[in-house]
Amino acid sequence: MAMRILARAAGVALLACVALAGPATAQGTIKIAYTDPLSGPFAQVGDANLKQMQYILDYINSKGGALGKKFELVPFDNKSQPSDALIALKSATDQNIPFIMQCSGSNIAAALIEAVDKHNSRNPESRIIYVNCGAVATELTNEKCSFWHFRFDAHVAMKAEVMARALPKEVTKVYLLNQDYLFGQSVQRDVKAFLAKLRPDVQVVGDELIPLGKIKDFAPYITKIKASGAQVLITGNWGPDMNLLIKAGIDSGIDLRYYTLYAHIAGGAVAIGPGGDGKVRSVMSFNENVAPEIGNKEAEEWTKAFRDKYPFDFYAAGFRTIFEYLQEATNKAGSADPLKIALALEGLKHKDFLGYETVMRKDDHQLISEYFVGTFKKGVKYDSEKTGLGWATEATILAKDLEQPTSCKMTRPAK
Amino acid sequence: MEVFLVSLLNGLVYGMLLFMLASGLTLILSMMGVLNFAHASAYMLGAYFAFTISQYIGFWPALVLAPLLCGTIGAAIEMYGLRRVHRNGHIAELLFTFGLALIIEKVVQMTWGLIPVPYRIPAGLDFPLFTVYGTQFPAYRAFMLLISALMFGAIWLGLTRTRIGLVIQAALHHPEMVGALGHNVPRVFTTVFAAGTALAGLAGVIGGNYHVTEPAMAFTMGPIVFVVVVFGGLGSLTGCFIASLLMGLIQTFAVVLDYSVADLLKWFGFTVTSATPFHEVLTVPLPRIGALLPYVLLVLILVFRPRGLMGTRDT
Amino acid sequence: MSADATQRAPQGRTLSAAPGSAGLARRAWPWLVAIVAALLLPWLFFDWSTHRHSGFALTMLSEIGLMAIFALSFNMQMGQAGLLSFGHAILFGLGGYCAAHTMNAVKAGAMWLPVELVPLVGGLGGLLFGVLFGYVATKQRATAFAMITMGLGELVAACALMFMGFFGGEGGISTDRVIGISLFGVSYSSSWQVYCLVVAWTAIAVLLMRLQTQTPLGRMANATRDNFERAQFVGYDPRMVRFCQFALSGFFAGIGGGLYAIVYEIVTFDTVAAAKSATALLAAYIGGAGGFFGPFLGTIVVVLLQSGVSLLSNAWLLYVGVLFIVMVMYAPGGLVGIIAQHAPIARAGRLRELIVPYVRILLPGAFSVFGFVLLVELASFTTIGAAQGKAFKIGPQAVDPATAFPWLLGAAALIGGGLWLRLEARGFRARWDALMADAKAKGVML
Repeated sequence: MAMRILARAAGVALLACVALAGPATAQGTIKIAYTDPLSGPFAQVGDANLKQMQYILDYINSKGGALGKKFELVPFDNKSQPSDALIALKSATDQNIPFIMQCSGSNIAAALIEAVDKHNSRNPESRIIYVNCGAVATELTNEKCSFWHFRFDAHVAMKAEVMARALPKEVTKVYLLNQDYLFGQSVQRDVKAFLAKLRPDVQVVGDELIPLGKIKDFAPYITKIKASGAQVLITGNWGPDMNLLIKAGIDSGIDLRYYTLYAHIAGGAVAIGPGGDGKVRSVMSFNENVAPEIGNKEAEEWTKAFRDKYPFDFYAAGFRTIFEYLQEATNKAGSADPLKIALALEGLKHKDFLGYETVMRKDDHQLISEYFVGTFKKGVKYDSEKTGLGWATEATILAKDLEQPTSCKMTRPAK
Repeated sequence: MEVFLVSLLNGLVYGMLLFMLASGLTLILSMMGVLNFAHASAYMLGAYFAFTISQYIGFWPALVLAPLLCGTIGAAIEMYGLRRVHRNGHIAELLFTFGLALIIEKVVQMTWGLIPVPYRIPAGLDFPLFTVYGTQFPAYRAFMLLISALMFGAIWLGLTRTRIGLVIQAALHHPEMVGALGHNVPRVFTTVFAAGTALAGLAGVIGGNYHVTEPAMAFTMGPIVFVVVVFGGLGSLTGCFIASLLMGLIQTFAVVLDYSVADLLKWFGFTVTSATPFHEVLTVPLPRIGALLPYVLLVLILVFRPRGLMGTRDT
Repeated sequence: MSADATQRAPQGRTLSAAPGSAGLARRAWPWLVAIVAALLLPWLFFDWSTHRHSGFALTMLSEIGLMAIFALSFNMQMGQAGLLSFGHAILFGLGGYCAAHTMNAVKAGAMWLPVELVPLVGGLGGLLFGVLFGYVATKQRATAFAMITMGLGELVAACALMFMGFFGGEGGISTDRVIGISLFGVSYSSSWQVYCLVVAWTAIAVLLMRLQTQTPLGRMANATRDNFERAQFVGYDPRMVRFCQFALSGFFAGIGGGLYAIVYEIVTFDTVAAAKSATALLAAYIGGAGGFFGPFLGTIVVVLLQSGVSLLSNAWLLYVGVLFIVMVMYAPGGLVGIIAQHAPIARAGRLRELIVPYVRILLPGAFSVFGFVLLVELASFTTIGAAQGKAFKIGPQAVDPATAFPWLLGAAALIGGGLWLRLEARGFRARWDALMADAKAKGVML
């Protein structure tokens, strides 16, 4: 008898564990599907983003959400595979979710732009907006631009311009080292173009492409860079390719400054370590010391609250701008209909939480916002990942200086 | 000359690190025939163990304890897992280690978190040893060279001068015969697997702070180790040693030599322009593909000499 | 219970089945049932309120179809010819690239081809690269072959990122399946139409691969796998056999790749990467490499794990790892092997007597699985998932993972279930052995 009860309990329990750890769903929310790698060796990107987004969304919801409803994030693990991202897209459109968000990987972004475009034209009853929060290949808002795609991060050419503008006057020799794929190649091309345009006095003494994620020892590259006499190394590398490169450079003790695009994201500070004091710079949309530097108390308090709660940096606080745009556009559209929201987003202007003017440009759906260059050094108010060193803002490039022309020829759906 | 000397040193250090990883695998692969996909996971575990231990009792105890811990885990895996799977064939063993690699990765993520841990070079070794033409040579690199050289020596002596080493060598070639002579072959297998795992763990202790200790470190280190082992040839520690150094040096020097096939063709009077078929492939400079050369060499040597550089039998 | 003996038996029997129309009909009906079932399955997920198919379900089913072709083609090498490949995805992916380029050419008006035949182009692409890489790889066998394919796989994957012309770099080659040319006048703008195409091609490809196992080439592949020297003595060139088998499996992998291009309308470097190759290996092994349909079953399990369980838990990779370890330790013949082991008892007509013992071991099994899953999820939740905006629930009941109760429950279920399972397993084994002995006595063991 006892056995039978136990057995029945086991059956119920097994059924129950299917629901285990499923997303907390609530009625009457505006859902945002979010897809990035959440498992496997590169899970940290998606995981860190998700936590920061959740914190921001809780704040946005406490400020009223949109249309009297709360926003709700629905995560989908895409394992860095475009096919899995497309399956997530199908799942989102099945549930009539109005937004799909994706941050990591231009290959997945390219797949999503195409797929969202086709889906919306073939299934007008379940349209969806693609919110790009970090896939930065320049072409995505140029040749490949789409009405349904809104990019909230600066693209490679904009970041390259930021870098070229922030390069100190005394620097005359730079070395480029990038990963050998679409993203790295466009960093290489755009940085060279902007250096030629803005800093004709700077000489590119070396220009290197490395296979993505294959190099385990960067010491030979450092030797080569040393021999070239470069003062600055510019790299778009991310992940191990960036960590190992900077580490090898610092270990060899050569006098070199590193200009990067991704040294500030989760794990970067720990990997660089105290040896990188004053040597590493990163192009970023936000760092935790911006608010105290410009004296914005409210923003400082808000980012500090995140710090107290989580063991990593709040590097993606800039995502707040994304959700504020979605909130404002949804309210303006007066409904959760993706077409109306997309039209409301076009040309929308917004003052971000740091107090800078931003605009979602109508021509190519590219957000034009301020951008910072940070230096990794000692003696900042908020250090990074408990290393004692943190990011201090070295240069601020305002939105109006980043208005690059676009080659986008957008086809808009009939209203 | 300057570049040459520095590159030579770099190549040596990298090659020796590869050897530390590969030596364990070459023992396991040549003796047990197991394509051990969890080998790089042991490397990762070694680094994480060393990180945790060094937080409490310092780096030097970790240098001994972390590999021992890895070795114990290895022994347990062999005794309770692999031995059972062994009779189901090599593919089953391979998948078993593959499953293990997945589990270890997730366990590491759950224990130490997703972002890198601050596992640093011990302060006592964190100084430049000497300067070659303005480039510092960190003392830690010399330490790595020393440890791996000691390791090579120890394995060599252990295999050739001790009784168990001779039995292992014999079991490498004729396991049935060794069993028939009354030796406990399963125990020899356990010893070899534990020793191989411990060596990978040691490589993790040394390499973890030289590189970056993070959950992806096993994933990125995996394939290249297989290349070294197979290229060096099964059953030959010397082959493995030479292959490691060769791979280290090739990758280092490929970075320095800025030539492409197009340059080579120019010697013979052909000029490659953008109109030439496959010009995209022909104009790739050597540094761009340096890291891929080991795979090219792997395919070539297996096609023409399947036993590898110094292997005692066909792969 | 020897896995090998039971696995290879079924193929011998199919050959001896009587030819003729009656035999053909008898052999054809399972195929028809399978196709009809495949076409009916999506209607289970049909949303009657909006009259829409579930795009998610259709894409998952399409993924199962095309990955099944891929896994079966992989098994042409591993199961049929004993060639373990670590780079099979390059044939799949390159076939996909060929198909995508072809569709783009058709769309641009440079050539004429109906959508229905695009997978065939993928197949021919796969065949071409199969001939090319096969020439290199099949010079060796066993571990050397495995390592060559690993090297080739890494090289092609790296090239796919480096060379823009053919591979389109990181962004891949995107394409449009609505090219306006169709044999049946179908536009293929909806997932349902595409799914029908996938079902048709899957049926064709699986049938062809099935028939291939009974050709002299398929038979010789088995012979070189089982006894290399003897196959040589008979007078066949084992290298030639390996080469043909490799190239043909490339053809089928390419068909899978072509379907991939149609379903997703984009082909990226991920299709040639090592992870894709690993998926085929896992599917083939879980399903059982020894039986022809094993990889098909395995694909269903793997795709459901990958695209289904991963939505529920970020620890899904750990479950995959545990599943493999359990499979290789306790069911080396895969799912097909497990099924095949029941055949003698079924023939003895006593399968029914296993129902009660099965229920009795499944219950404690479910208990320990529940305990294990609960513990893993708790650990994963406290270390990683806590801040991802999820609430920890067991069924409808929200549970606070910081309290001891769920941990104790999990540990109790795991340990209690495990001990109980040990106890029940003994009884099950005794029953099983008795039934097998009976089957042996009746002479239905084969």
